[in-house]
Amino acid sequence: MSISHHIPARLMRAYAAGSLPASFATVVAAHVSVCDECRARLEAEEIAGGAVLENLNPVGGDEARLRAAVLARLDDALEAPEAPAPEGHGIYPGPVMAALKGRAPRWKPLGAGIRQTILASGDEGSLRLLYIPPGAAVPDHGHGGLELTMVLQGSFGDETGHYGVGDVEVADDSLEHTPIAGPEAPCIALAATDAPLRFRALVPRLLQPLFRI
Amino acid sequence: MSESPASGREMPDDPTAWLIAVRDGRDRAAFARLFDFYAPRLRAMLARQNCTGAAADDVIQDAMLRVWQKAAQFDESRASASAWIYRIARNRHVDVIRKSARPMPEALKVEDPPAPDASEVVALQGEATRLRAALQDLSPEQRRMVEMAYMGELTHQEISDDTGLPLGTVKSRLRLAIARLRNNLKDLRAQ
Repeated sequence: MSISHHIPARLMRAYAAGSLPASFATVVAAHVSVCDECRARLEAEEIAGGAVLENLNPVGGDEARLRAAVLARLDDALEAPEAPAPEGHGIYPGPVMAALKGRAPRWKPLGAGIRQTILASGDEGSLRLLYIPPGAAVPDHGHGGLELTMVLQGSFGDETGHYGVGDVEVADDSLEHTPIAGPEAPCIALAATDAPLRFRALVPRLLQPLFRI
Repeated sequence: MSESPASGREMPDDPTAWLIAVRDGRDRAAFARLFDFYAPRLRAMLARQNCTGAAADDVIQDAMLRVWQKAAQFDESRASASAWIYRIARNRHVDVIRKSARPMPEALKVEDPPAPDASEVVALQGEATRLRAALQDLSPEQRRMVEMAYMGELTHQEISDDTGLPLGTVKSRLRLAIARLRNNLKDLRAQ
């Protein structure tokens, strides 16, 4: 896999710090699952985070009591190991399989052959899978905030470049773009937003509340 | 850092060595040292996100129990003890806030991972030490901004604006750490 569009450093740092909304964190985790370059960058951010942690001025609590409680539970802890992280399956990396709860996507038609599966939708933005037939365009849209799109199958291109499997497009509110799926296969992409998309054409705008995109 | 045959085993003054002792020997004394070192620092980190008192106790307790549980997964050619515990504590705290598991990357799949190469370990731990020193050399204002970024105190707007961007030597040290990790991952993949 040759990945050329990566997670920007500021988002990687925010992911390491735990301050990204869950929808974006899922895209970052999915990309890191398939991109060793970004795995190295995440681990470096964690080394920096660890260095900051080490340098913090300690804050005292009732450490003696807490320490005794933790030490008393060490044997039990070994008997109750954490559930393993979900494995990837087919084109879907582990974090996407976790968001799918281990099931195949249930596609809903959006018109023009485009389909979507909503994985999460709420105050923290939305996370969905998009299925775009070869050569089809996603309606021209702008963003109230940030949108991260990771290609899982096929490819797409827009005003900003060409995106193949593993690539992540970062679109902010200044970008109005019309992604078009590559001709080789249907494009399946993971898309995360922190605010609803704004479609410029009237009809998609009317459909927006219905489809929660 | 060396063992003295006369006095038996001496505990080195290095959290990463304590974590290795926990991993390799289920060493409870080493774990207690990790707890004493990290619990008050984790408390400081959590307080910056308004997690205090009993809520902070719970996160610290869960995080430190996971350190004990998952010690076998610690790889000193890819993380310092502080980096690894930072990750575990962030995960625990995010899980508690969201009441659902934080999205995590798949584990690196390497069949029969070899014991880490000693020179790679020395080089990586050296990068971690120099990164910490570079942080200490920042001006108080710069250091405050970087701390906010890594302690999860930035708003979405500040993340977009890249406030808290590592500056100067911290930035170049970060780049060297990335190069080192990239190399160590490549070696793991080549096995």
